[in-house]
Amino acid sequence: MYGGGIIKGFGITLSYLFKKPFTVQYPEEKAPFHPRFRGYEFVWYEDRCTGCASCAKYCPLGTIKIETSQAPDPNVGNKYKLEVFDIDTGRCMFCGLCVEACPYDALYMGSNFERGTYTRKSMVVHADELRTADKRPSAFARPHLHGVEYKSDSSLESGEAGR
Amino acid sequence: MALKTEPIIVNIGPQHPSTHGVFRLRVAFDGEVVQDIEPVFGYLHRGSEKLAEERTYTQVITLTDRLDYLAAMSNNLAYCVAVEKLMGIEAPERAKYIRTMIAELQRIASHLMAQGFFLQDLGAFATPIMYMFREREKILDLFEMACGARITYSYMRVGGVNADLPPEFMPYLTTFINEMPAHIDEYEGLLRENEILITRTKNVGILPADLAINGSITGPVLRASGVAWDLRKSDPYEAYGKVKFEIPVGSVGDNYDRFLVRLEEMRQSVRIIKQCMEQMPPGPHRVDLPMLLRPRKGDAYGSIEGPKGELGFYLVSDGGVSPYRCAIRSSSYINLNLLKEMLVGWKMQDLITIFGSLDVNMGEVDR
Amino acid sequence: MEHLATGCQPPGFFDGMNQWEEWVLNFFPRFGDSLCRSMGGASPGGFPDWAIFLILGIAGALIVVNIAALGVPYVVLLERKLLGRFHNRIGPNRVGIFGLAQPLADALKLMTKEDVTPSAADKLMHALAPLVFAIPVVLMFAPIPWADHAVMADLDIGILYIVAVTTAAEVGVFMAGWASNNKYSLFGAMRAVGMLVTYEVPLVLSIGAVALLAGTLNLSDIVRNQEYVPNLLFQPLGFLIFMIAVSAELNRAPFDLLEADSELVSGFHTEYSGMKWALIQLGEYAAIIGFSAIISTLFLSGWKGPVFLPGYIWIFLKMGFIISGFIWIRATLPRMRVDQIMAFGWKFLLPLAFINLFVTAAEVIAFPDGLPEWLIPVNIGVAFAAVIGFAKLMGFKAQTRKLTFSGDYVPPGEAVNGVRTVARGG
Repeated sequence: MYGGGIIKGFGITLSYLFKKPFTVQYPEEKAPFHPRFRGYEFVWYEDRCTGCASCAKYCPLGTIKIETSQAPDPNVGNKYKLEVFDIDTGRCMFCGLCVEACPYDALYMGSNFERGTYTRKSMVVHADELRTADKRPSAFARPHLHGVEYKSDSSLESGEAGR
Repeated sequence: MALKTEPIIVNIGPQHPSTHGVFRLRVAFDGEVVQDIEPVFGYLHRGSEKLAEERTYTQVITLTDRLDYLAAMSNNLAYCVAVEKLMGIEAPERAKYIRTMIAELQRIASHLMAQGFFLQDLGAFATPIMYMFREREKILDLFEMACGARITYSYMRVGGVNADLPPEFMPYLTTFINEMPAHIDEYEGLLRENEILITRTKNVGILPADLAINGSITGPVLRASGVAWDLRKSDPYEAYGKVKFEIPVGSVGDNYDRFLVRLEEMRQSVRIIKQCMEQMPPGPHRVDLPMLLRPRKGDAYGSIEGPKGELGFYLVSDGGVSPYRCAIRSSSYINLNLLKEMLVGWKMQDLITIFGSLDVNMGEVDR
Repeated sequence: MEHLATGCQPPGFFDGMNQWEEWVLNFFPRFGDSLCRSMGGASPGGFPDWAIFLILGIAGALIVVNIAALGVPYVVLLERKLLGRFHNRIGPNRVGIFGLAQPLADALKLMTKEDVTPSAADKLMHALAPLVFAIPVVLMFAPIPWADHAVMADLDIGILYIVAVTTAAEVGVFMAGWASNNKYSLFGAMRAVGMLVTYEVPLVLSIGAVALLAGTLNLSDIVRNQEYVPNLLFQPLGFLIFMIAVSAELNRAPFDLLEADSELVSGFHTEYSGMKWALIQLGEYAAIIGFSAIISTLFLSGWKGPVFLPGYIWIFLKMGFIISGFIWIRATLPRMRVDQIMAFGWKFLLPLAFINLFVTAAEVIAFPDGLPEWLIPVNIGVAFAAVIGFAKLMGFKAQTRKLTFSGDYVPPGEAVNGVRTVARGG
């Protein structure tokens, strides 16, 4: 009324001069993220994977490419030998349906998000990259991973990761 | 001899700081007064309805995220409600409460963003946006705890939700809900009684109630025009029948009413969330369904009251794994029907603010 | 009597002053005096008078123009950081500690940017418009007194000169808008002319009231007239009107419809980039600095202050305070619509400015040798009564509204406001 509303607005803005800013100074500090974060990488345990390709069938975009061939000895170990396991992270939308689909807990979402590259081709993640990467799976669709803490350098072995 | 004048045609183009997405308006101005408009949209068309015919029912959930990308949980919920109606199943009690709570949190987040950008269009240089986005950050943190992503969630599934709420969700939510009314009071104190805002938005862009009903407008725009119609009250879905809340109804239908209605709806959402938190029963969070759903032949229409209006899905199934037809009744697209009636006769600055107060999201309009 | 060139102070001017008073408090007259005497201004030989005048003039002009040119980038930085604090965030802090080197980075970026001129634009006017906008603004700094005898041009019509010169800058705005051949810029320019001309009138009238109090238009004399009491206390209404009119002249919020970011993507300077845009920015922010200096001089008693700090520091502090006030207003208030701005200017501010002038004139006639202090609360009361009473008289009432609430469950088939609810099924 007659300027009273404006004065109230001024008071609120002035009071913010004395409050602590909400800013998180990236990259020195990072905003905390949570166990179920669907990060920008995938964690794959080869010894649990059987090449059933449920993940590839369930993906809405068809970004996973799996090629298998007959194993040398069908009576020992897996029936299939996995030749190609590519995930095109350039096209992936990180919905996590593939992780939900995997019946053997072999595929997990990762927790990293700083994976910039220079070319589109290098965004396709191949099987050896997945084998040798640091494994820090996130708890998305894997409720048993919820309380697990990761130390900064270690990665989770496949025995601890599954049910 | 009278002076021959002609109106000046300005293209408020797809790239503009305040068209809320890629929306093009060709406006004929006579000085500063709008005489005629011609909206052109379709710049964000991605063929969601056609793509939905190629995907299975669960994969379509990832498509619905991208419709109204600022309020994705509501889209997921609308689709899941439609599929459940088609299949004739019902989600368990706990899932209903979780869905209600998440939908109300999403409503708060969407209204925060709508109000922030409406006030930015009015000229309050970024201050309301910064305050409101701080609260929206906390809500997005909550969603990240629940499902792992901040914008495109794909959290709801047919028959429930993807996963139960993690243990750190409730304490964070309790803190947030307890301090949210103070923040809403702050937004009100900053701008509700501001004389400049009132002179700028009162009696501007009036939408009479009968015109709104004839034009199929829904959502806060309809409620601001004086019609007390809310799908949560007239046909309660999920857990809305068991919580007590009220719907704010305006009287005149101008920009100021729409602004006030959205502020009040945020308060009512806080009330609903508090009751959901108290009443939440233990139980399963999902109905046990096979991975590939094959509903019976037939069709169903399911809709919810989203933050922008009534969002509905009409699904036709032929017994296969993908829908035969998925038609989307999007609230923003239908709300744009009456743009010409609402804009003609006002000045250029009012055009921007009226469009901002309609709260249109181009992802929904173009699908 | 010795022949003294202009710039030399009369002999005995610095007697009885200790080092601090001579070299710090009176730095500018002392500096000018030593420069002038070293060139032989006090003795018959040496440089001719016009040469000394020219050299001292250029030295003074360099100092004053640098206040504008160096002050502008730092005021931009101050605005960004202060706006950030109002928004509960930090402003720029990556380049240098607290972002203090940010203006340098901005300047380098603007210098290396490509200078784009639209092909259908009027090239000569497009190039000249930033100059026409920026140069009068820099000219405005001449008659402002920075310390006791430190004024670049001691004009007897000081304040009138300033008003005239800043009005000339408006032509630059219109030139920029027209020459860009862009409908958005044209909108901005058309709105500009009307608004800027409208708000000149209350500006001049409130200046007239201050001039009545001091009896002169000379800025140094206006400052000396505010012995113990700044004019702010004697003229609260005048201060308010002047602040509002200056906000409109500077195109700051809530009157920033020229560069309304959300409506006309930058208004009249949409088509400018690189150094031309930097010149427009310079003109705008130098006007802010200049008008803050004028407000401090007219209403806050300029360079006067307790003696532990020199005069030029006091005026800078007061300018900083006023500039922060402008930034605070920008952070809080939304924009007004064009016709509302015009209505506000003509129907509200102008009558108030007249009321202010009449009341001041009556007081000056009643107390010809200085106004007594008990008039201060009287003036404050008159200010309140005028603002509120006038608003009531004209019917400017902005009232908030209440909503109705409906909470009942409406069974299917019933009507709500004439709309029948239906049962949904299948």
